[in-house]
Formats: sequence, C-alpha cells, structure tokens
Amino acid sequence: MATSSTIQVRSSVKKGVATIKCLVSHPMETGMRKDKKGKLIPAKFIQNLSCEHAGNVVLDAELNGSVSTNPYIKFKFSGATKGDTIKVSWVDNKGDKDSVEVEIPTKRRRK
Amino acid sequence: MDQQRRILLKSTLAASATTMAISAGLLTPKAVLAAWNTAAFNAKDVDAALTSAYDSTALTDSNKIKLKAPDVAENGASVTITVDSKLDKTEAISILVKNNAQPLTATFKFGAKTEGFITTNIKMGKSSDVIAVVKANGKLYTTKQQVKVTIGGCGG
Repeated sequence: MATSSTIQVRSSVKKGVATIKCLVSHPMETGMRKDKKGKLIPAKFIQNLSCEHAGNVVLDAELNGSVSTNPYIKFKFSGATKGDTIKVSWVDNKGDKDSVEVEIPTKRRRK
Repeated sequence: MDQQRRILLKSTLAASATTMAISAGLLTPKAVLAAWNTAAFNAKDVDAALTSAYDSTALTDSNKIKLKAPDVAENGASVTITVDSKLDKTEAISILVKNNAQPLTATFKFGAKTEGFITTNIKMGKSSDVIAVVKANGKLYTTKQQVKVTIGGCGG
C-alpha cells in the first residue's frame, strides 16, 4: 500500500456493484477556528472531490469546511468488475490537489 | 496633433488588453476547479443555501430517503451520516446542518451508474437537525433527523 498519497481507497465488487471507500488526509480547517493566541486559523479545506471509473465521473462531490478532518466518503456504483481502475482526485481552496489510481482488487482482502 | 493621436490609440489598446487579461483571469479558476458553488456554501441559512444550490426551496418530504445519523453524537467533530435514496434517477444528494454557521456541508453529484447512497463524516457545532436533500428526476425531496451534540466540533 502506497503511503505517499493522501488518499486511501478500499474497493470491492459484489454482483456488479462496486463499493468505494475513500479516506483523505486533510486538515479541513473551516476558517472559523482560533489558535491559542485567539487568531483565526485560515481556511483550508477540500472543495472538490471526484471519482472516475472507465472515463466516466461516478461521483462529483463539493465539500464545505464543515466536512470532518480527514474526510471519509463511501459510495456505490454499478457496472464495475474486479480489476477495473478507479481514479480519485481532490482540490482544496488553496489550490493544493492530489489524485490516486487504484485497481479494484480481484481477491478479497484478509482482515 | 499626430503625437496625441498615437498616445490615445496606444492607451486604448493597453486598456482593452488589460480588460481581456482580467476576464481571462476570472475564468481560469472556474475551469481548474470543476465548480464550487461559493454562494451556496457561504449561505447562512438553509433556504438561502438551497436557493443558491438548486434554485428552489420547494422540498417534498419523502419516506424513500433513509437518513442514518446518531441520535446523540458525543463528538461533534466527526458525526457519521448516511443518506440512502431509493428514489428513481437520484442525481444529487446534499447534506445540510441547520444550526451550523454555514448549513450546506456537502453536495454529491452522481453519475448515471452511481447509486443514491453516500456515507460521510461531518462536523456539527451544536445540536441540530441534519437535513438530507435529494434531487431526483428534477425535483427536490428531503428528510431530516435531529442529532444531539455533546461536544461541539467547530472550535471557537
């Protein structure tokens, strides 16, 4: 598992329906929080997060600062098979971004 | 005379070039960021957010939307919300927290093959109604649930 990416993806397919779980490492500062000196911490949060499968956008999310620190998103879509590649990417309000491409594993992960 | 004509022409050209640069500059961020509805996310109340996001506040209560949220959240910094829509042609799901400073928390737009299902973690400043708004077949449907928050998660 690559650790350099900010995005962790777990995916599985059951009866043609893929379940995707994404966990992104991001501070998600709202811009309303204050530090110990009472100064406002500037806003820094993911605004757009999208997921592509076979060239189609399956999820296009717009997030506000009120999504939790290290956002977690789980969703489902049909028409996927094991071994398919999915791409997850995000952009925050400061223009920082990251993306990752993962294959839906053919074997079930051992717990 | 001629000299002045030259100057006038030059300054006019320069001005129009600047205007073009500015309008181009204004357009670029929109192209880079797919779209982020600033007005909707910065809105201070639910109706204003919905008007900006969906051009409508006409919501129909629906029992085909399941909103799964805890009755009591101990930590407002991370409240797990699941919205499961059984409505046909679900295009988008928005999650709003009525008592947050900015109610609109997230909007999820779905592709044609995506199921009307989303789970995510949100922050809640204090106890509030959590409202799920589902856009399906061009109409807006909603359901809500109250969540009591023990410790707020928006700092302050």
